[in-house]
Amino acid sequence: MAVTTSSPQAQVYARTVFFDRLRKYLFFAMLAFWAALSVAPLYFTLVFSFKPVADIYTPPIWAPIPFTLDNYATILGTFQLFPRWVWNSVFISVIVTIFRVLFCAMAGYAFARIEFPLKSFWFNLLLISMMMPGVVTLIPSFLIIGPGLIRGGLALGDLRIPTGFGLIDNPWGVILPGVADAFGVFMMTQFYKSFPKELEEAAMMDGSGRWGTFFRIVLPISQTQLITLALLTFQGAWNNFMWPLLVLRSPEQFTLPIGLQWFRGEYYTLYSVILAGSIFNTLPILIIFFVFQQYFVRSIAATGSKEG
Amino acid sequence: MRTRTDRRKWADALNGYLFISPWLIIFIIFSLISLGYAVYLSFTEYNLLRPPRWWGLEGYQRVLEDELFISKALPNTFKYVLIVVPIQTFLSLVLAFAMDQNLRFQRFFRTIFYLPSVTSSVVISLIFIWIFAPQGIFNQITGLTVNWLDDPRTAFYVIMGMNIFTTSGTLMLIFLAGLQDIPLAVYEAAEIDGANGLQKFFYITVPMLRPVIFFVVTVGVIGCFQVFDQIFVMTNGGPLDSTTTITYLIYKWAFRDTRIQMGQASALAVILTLIILAVTLLQRRVIEGSGSGAER
Repeated sequence: MAVTTSSPQAQVYARTVFFDRLRKYLFFAMLAFWAALSVAPLYFTLVFSFKPVADIYTPPIWAPIPFTLDNYATILGTFQLFPRWVWNSVFISVIVTIFRVLFCAMAGYAFARIEFPLKSFWFNLLLISMMMPGVVTLIPSFLIIGPGLIRGGLALGDLRIPTGFGLIDNPWGVILPGVADAFGVFMMTQFYKSFPKELEEAAMMDGSGRWGTFFRIVLPISQTQLITLALLTFQGAWNNFMWPLLVLRSPEQFTLPIGLQWFRGEYYTLYSVILAGSIFNTLPILIIFFVFQQYFVRSIAATGSKEG
Repeated sequence: MRTRTDRRKWADALNGYLFISPWLIIFIIFSLISLGYAVYLSFTEYNLLRPPRWWGLEGYQRVLEDELFISKALPNTFKYVLIVVPIQTFLSLVLAFAMDQNLRFQRFFRTIFYLPSVTSSVVISLIFIWIFAPQGIFNQITGLTVNWLDDPRTAFYVIMGMNIFTTSGTLMLIFLAGLQDIPLAVYEAAEIDGANGLQKFFYITVPMLRPVIFFVVTVGVIGCFQVFDQIFVMTNGGPLDSTTTITYLIYKWAFRDTRIQMGQASALAVILTLIILAVTLLQRRVIEGSGSGAER
């Protein structure tokens, strides 16, 4: 690797090898230290989720002694809301993921392939909107999802057009703003731009229209990219906090992160149960992460090099 | 012939709009209209009970005279960005550089380092509350007796440390991808010229990575200016407002206070947007201005 430098003097060469090795060990030690740090919080959480509630601050911290399954029993049996929260989280995340992947792929395909009026105008707006901080649209978005921008609706003669969806405390209120977004469209546009046209053109020649081509040819061949976007979206939706916090009001409607936070407020002394619940929130994402690891890495690498 | 191309053009226009329509509808409602309405609201007094009442720049003036904003939220937010962004950028760059040298364990470390980023902000916050409790694991290991999250001198730093901890993994992966794009020949040429490891890092790696650094810093700045989840869960802006940031204040004014002030909160949101815009542009000039920059 790095020791390919051909130095005529053996002494210099030996020194280089020595420093090379030293540096390697130093780097390795650093990486190992950070790795230990990265695992530590989750490891401790796992350990203490198997310890009795009374032992939440009691050593030993390295192993679950004494061991109990009570906290998990509480989550799955006694406390009825937990399964509900898990289900709400799954429902919202899956629906958001399906729609967002489809809609972003459609828009990305159009921006990359189809000529239509004002195309570059919309695309530029999309790029600008990616720089816009989410907080600024938070209040109006809340009003639109909930009571409406104008109380009683927009008056048009005798007609009153509602300006809000009335979806407060409804999972669809969480889902709706998330079904399409600038980043996803941008990502798919870049992908389709760099993608050979020949296959689609052959299909178009054979007489399938835009839509047929898109669903039969384009979607299947962009599978990898779609999975990448799906994973990013699922992770984001599953872990989302601020928006569901505003929209969801009653405990039955909570997602898991909102529920866990609420649970802490209500039952502060049951911290072991919170830890067990945290494991429930983390585990699905961890499993997905391990199974689809290369897609995650790809997606992150892509965000960096494409916009840089 | 002409009519055929005409028809094709019309079909394309129609299909193009049909294809983008789901995104376009969401974009118009939740970005364009929302942004416009946020700007409008910032010039009004609005408490959800009565319709917004126009009062010009009064809202902005109230924000700028607000004690909590001037003496807490504003300095806290800048402090947060100025501490977290440089540390997480440098740390993740060094980690990526170290990983680039140890090819053998790369996959293993990559997986481990990414773990904190996969965990949700709420869950990691709940875990840190417990770890940094007075009798928590951190005090047990270090033998300290600090009440980390209840002490205005320490609470904010725990949150900063936690966020550096959770984001560095992702940023490291971005840097690693950038590092692997640098041709090996450049390093070899430098070695022949007698450059040592540190020189290679500062004279080759850093300049060649300039675009990626710009991206990582931009993402970091935009994210850090809007920090909310962790503060909401861990401290609620306390103790003694020592962790109140601008975004938390916006939330507080718009949704939490006994006297809801959505107009004033919108004014603050607009101010925050302008701050982020200004800092991003400034930062771009600093990063692109120093040196010629790598070709891209």
